[in-house]
Amino acid sequence: MNVKAQIAMVMNLDKCIGCHTCSVTCKNTWTNRPGVEYAWFNNVETRPGPGYPNRWEDQEKYRGGWVKTGGTLRLRAGGAWSRLAHIFHNPDLPVLDDYYEPWTYDYENLLTSPEVPHQPVARPRSAVTGRPMDRPESGPNWDDDLAGGSETAAQDPNIDPLAVEIQLAYEQTFLMYLPRICEHCLNPACVAACPAGAIYKRDEDGIVLVDQEACRGWRFCVSACPYKKVYFNWRTHKAEKCHFCYPRIEAGLPTVCSETCVGRIRYLGPILYDADKVREAASVDREEELYEAQLGVFLNPHDPQVQAAARQAGISEAWIRAAQRSPVYRMAVEWKVALPLHPEYRTLPMVWYVPPLSPLLAGMDETEDIVDRVNRMRIPVEYLASILSAGDTAVIRRALLRLAAVRAWSRRVQLAEGGGAEIARAVGLTEQDLADMARMFAVSKYDERFVIPTADRNQANPAVQGGCSLDGIAPPEGRVSHASR
Amino acid sequence: MAAFLWGVFPYLAISCLVIGSVWRRVTRPLGWSAKSSEFFEKRWLSLASPLFHWGILCVLAGHVAGLLVPIGVYHALGVSDEVYHAFAMWAGGVAGLAASIGILLLGVRRAGVVRVRVNSTVGDWVALALLAAVVWTGTAMTIGYNAGFGPYEYRTTVGPWLRSVLALHPDVARMSGVPGLLQLHVILSFALFAATPFTRLVHVWSAPLRYPARSPILYRTRRHPSTGA
Repeated sequence: MNVKAQIAMVMNLDKCIGCHTCSVTCKNTWTNRPGVEYAWFNNVETRPGPGYPNRWEDQEKYRGGWVKTGGTLRLRAGGAWSRLAHIFHNPDLPVLDDYYEPWTYDYENLLTSPEVPHQPVARPRSAVTGRPMDRPESGPNWDDDLAGGSETAAQDPNIDPLAVEIQLAYEQTFLMYLPRICEHCLNPACVAACPAGAIYKRDEDGIVLVDQEACRGWRFCVSACPYKKVYFNWRTHKAEKCHFCYPRIEAGLPTVCSETCVGRIRYLGPILYDADKVREAASVDREEELYEAQLGVFLNPHDPQVQAAARQAGISEAWIRAAQRSPVYRMAVEWKVALPLHPEYRTLPMVWYVPPLSPLLAGMDETEDIVDRVNRMRIPVEYLASILSAGDTAVIRRALLRLAAVRAWSRRVQLAEGGGAEIARAVGLTEQDLADMARMFAVSKYDERFVIPTADRNQANPAVQGGCSLDGIAPPEGRVSHASR
Repeated sequence: MAAFLWGVFPYLAISCLVIGSVWRRVTRPLGWSAKSSEFFEKRWLSLASPLFHWGILCVLAGHVAGLLVPIGVYHALGVSDEVYHAFAMWAGGVAGLAASIGILLLGVRRAGVVRVRVNSTVGDWVALALLAAVVWTGTAMTIGYNAGFGPYEYRTTVGPWLRSVLALHPDVARMSGVPGLLQLHVILSFALFAATPFTRLVHVWSAPLRYPARSPILYRTRRHPSTGA
């Protein structure tokens, strides 16, 4: 057993209102710099839709993630030698237009314009070329709230195989939000694809980082990441990505996206995992087995043997205790209501999602059985399964049933109607579980949603870490030199 | 003048290359990259970049074979001068043409694609111009001179001179009868070496040759190597 710890995230899609506060606060904190105007470490997509970058899930085009061929696991884009053979031109690299051309406006013209017959305007101007843009044609969330109608919704790669079953007619249309950050995978394709060895996963908290001094700008991480969450800074010519706000995580604070989430949909907590089992789990034969295989990599923090092995590996008591209180562990492992994003990419992602109930049960007939109600959900179970369980609808149905059960159970308890035990039994949980779930999803406080032990500073050595990704690119004011530190 | 060009300038250029590269690596590690513009434009690049890069790598191998390997080795191996020059002209000519066309297309692309042009620096243009000058004079020598005047035996002039430079005893006289085009090619090449540390060309030192041998997933620890595993 090779125990490592990771701070993982769960997002409860049932509560996401698509307000983009996470995206905006993230951008203001990390990517409002030249070269990454187009990059959103956190973005929120309206689904069904093409997503950002355009059709990122289309792995026929971008060839991201891993595949199992001939009994061995390899990157979809090919082995190391094939990457070296393509080092002068990466055929799978997305280009700027697959994201959008970022722009700003000539605001100054509004203030400096002489008196003219017509109201002065602020023309859009490209942030890449500095030239005026007559007509911005694409942007982040161009199709927000299904604004593109059946035209953009139909571009959703998850719709392709389901075309017959999913109706995009207005009366039957459905919508959900999908906030996305880097998955900080257990089996990260970006790390494996980096010829320079500049991307790495941290032992202590599982955060995947790009060493800016070692990055040579070969760009294979950008195409190898099946979630398209590694970005090319066209100004520094290096890769940048969501770093899980590691300076905050080290200090025991949640990521900026989590901290500022209006709907409080995000949960953070440690997961202990067995690093020796990662490759095996990523290599299971059937894609539908990957979800269970990944659960098999996670370790039970209540198991004394696991605790002993964790201590042996240098994991502190604070981290073991935090792992036991981890909301992520409860939702992903104990209740199985949180699911990985596209497990079929074989990266073993570590940002999981609670699927959305749609519409809210309150609008449905209370006398109807919850199983029937879940079957009549507006978002097709097949669609959610295509995103969260490699097509296994049973996994989605179980999660939705349990979410519905929490509501039904809470209602009966509140109204003292009785029969709570029956509901719990029907969905394979205890009443205590349902009570805990009700609290976790509805009323949990800051320190219940974010269980983040501070990083162990006793042994830390900043010198081996590589500089902060922003050092030298955007030096903060009042920065002290290494000598005076 | 000859003493400077063939006895001093090469050392100045090589010193500039070595000291400049180390200086840049130490003082500005964040700026060291392949400086790719594929993100802005990939259709032209998909043709031009592989053409240039594979061409120049083959040309490099040809220079090792033609300049660093003494002519005596070929004679000892029984390779006649006719066979050597026929091969050098055909293989070198094809590789040189590939690199020449590649660098031309790269230049046209850099000038013609707005996003790439606007984000080009002086260093990018200097590197491009020097590379084009070196590649074009070299290819002209290989193909044009051969076709016009017959093969030129650089293995008894430029080759021994270069080896004498590397051995720190420059034999300046060897370069005296060398055709002007080839002399220009040599001088431009050393100018290119001198300019390398200050341009995007530094990425030649970063060829990731160890990559296929390493473990696919890399972990790093925040802990100090001396105080904990």
